[in-house]
Amino acid sequence: MNLENMNEIKAFAAKIRIATIEAIHAIGQGHIGGALSIADVLAVLYGREMRYDPKNPKWPDRDKLVTSKGHAGPAVYGTLALLGFFPYEELKTMNRPGTNLPSHTDRNKTPGVDMTTGSLGQGTSLAAGLALGDKLKGRPSRTFLIVGDGESNEGQCWEAFAFAAAKKLGNLVVLLDWNKRQLDGYTDDVLPMGDYVKKFEAFGFDTVKVNGNDVEELAAALERTRKGGDKPYAIVMDTVKGAGVPEVAEKKMNHSLPVNDEQYERWTAQLRAEAEAWEG
Amino acid sequence: MKIVYDGTLDPRQCKAVLGETIPAMAAEDPDVIYLDADLMNCIGTAKWAAENPDRAINCGIAEANMIGVASGLAAAGFKPIVHTFGPFASRRCFDQVFLSAGYAKNDITIIGTDPGVTATLNGGTHMPFEDVGIYRTLPGATVIDVTDPTMLISVLRQCKDRPGVKYIRVGRKQYARVYADGSELPIGKAVTLREGTDVVIFAVGIMIHEALQAAIELEKEGISAAVVDMFTIKPLDVEAVEAWAKKTGAVVVAENHNRNGGLYSAVSEVLAQRCPTPAEVVAVEDEYGEVGPQSYLQEHFGLTAAHVAEAARAVVKRK
Repeated sequence: MNLENMNEIKAFAAKIRIATIEAIHAIGQGHIGGALSIADVLAVLYGREMRYDPKNPKWPDRDKLVTSKGHAGPAVYGTLALLGFFPYEELKTMNRPGTNLPSHTDRNKTPGVDMTTGSLGQGTSLAAGLALGDKLKGRPSRTFLIVGDGESNEGQCWEAFAFAAAKKLGNLVVLLDWNKRQLDGYTDDVLPMGDYVKKFEAFGFDTVKVNGNDVEELAAALERTRKGGDKPYAIVMDTVKGAGVPEVAEKKMNHSLPVNDEQYERWTAQLRAEAEAWEG
Repeated sequence: MKIVYDGTLDPRQCKAVLGETIPAMAAEDPDVIYLDADLMNCIGTAKWAAENPDRAINCGIAEANMIGVASGLAAAGFKPIVHTFGPFASRRCFDQVFLSAGYAKNDITIIGTDPGVTATLNGGTHMPFEDVGIYRTLPGATVIDVTDPTMLISVLRQCKDRPGVKYIRVGRKQYARVYADGSELPIGKAVTLREGTDVVIFAVGIMIHEALQAAIELEKEGISAAVVDMFTIKPLDVEAVEAWAKKTGAVVVAENHNRNGGLYSAVSEVLAQRCPTPAEVVAVEDEYGEVGPQSYLQEHFGLTAAHVAEAARAVVKRK
């Protein structure tokens, strides 16, 4: 996919949100807040930044996505379904017995999922290993790593960030989803992590902060990372947990929520109207 | 494979063997990559690593990250060999081993050095009596307690291309020489080191030497003890366990590990299901480690030939 027009990317993001809600509504409940917060970055990544082939999901030279906050699976599955990695209808099988779409992303089950994650923090080291491996193999691939802000409570994240900087992994882009909420409430109440920009800079990352629900800011920040170099990149994404669906975003405890038929109809109708408006 | 045991030490230290074998494997196979957590100087790989920074990755003292990076490298097409001390290769990073390597099907080989009392002067904090128990719960894992330097070379080379997570526990110092140089020890196949009819001793690691010494003593008393090297604790050679239990009617298990979760547990699971047989154990009695020379620790925790012989006498009486 190569969407240069930002309106097309905004429409893609709306469709990713619709697909996310499709999957969660079909099983009745799911990790909706943290899935919706990353819909915009997924739209930019798969809409214009990443190199991949839905017909050949294991293409070694592809760019890789590691969703270390593996519970955001519904948004990843929605994106991959829209791109044709698997049939859109399959979204309705999420979390059902025998599904290829488990609640947390699994590289052995879902075409297009590049890494298995779920135990928070672990995806960071896996992404560093993937980026190092691609670099050593001389591949042009880049690895994009989505990390939750609550997830960054895990010490392993910071082990991995120190490692990535030490090994000069300029082909690694960390996308921190700073949505300010985790399962038990606000991150500042559960375990404040301080200033992410200063932290990443201190760890040796080329760091910027953007509005993580603004595809234009995301696109510009990601474009900067194409030059590679000797430093890994960090993009601190200031996001809203539940972005794109006000009723979800306004709920403080929105980590995992039920979605009933009435909500499903209303929310997807609104998002469909937005997608159509962006597409003109 | 040839057995050459005569009670003497193999002249090679296992750390030197690791320091030679890992670089040799990397030279032969461009996909071999070695990772360590600031313990390269403990196994003689540091000099080679400094000269080959693309083949040897020092991850610093961050074992959880090291396992994740190794798993990511496996996903990128490499065959990682990871080393740290046994407790940090098991307890410290087991969720990463379980999910990032095992569950995610990223195949890696993990070497945990200085198992059990071989941690000697590093003491209780560095003395894993539970690593085998931890790794046995990992689906599809291979778990090996090394007998001597020749076996170390053989199993390390087999693990490179073997699917799943492989855990090799081995002391860095000398072992009694059991196998002739160049012997191949197929993973999963127990080795009969000594024939016997009254009792079978299933042993691993440093307890192989103690078991063979015990068998010599027992013979003088008229007890014919077989000794079987069960170096592959998982997947266990269940046919060998069953055959020897039926043949002798009495079992002793000897291991440098907590009696819970290790070889004794694995053998007992087979006996209970297939052929209930009296069994005794020579292992650590559910205790933490402590500091001291190996001879003291073996005496203190009951891991000597005398303890094995006593267990054999006891189990023969129960027949």
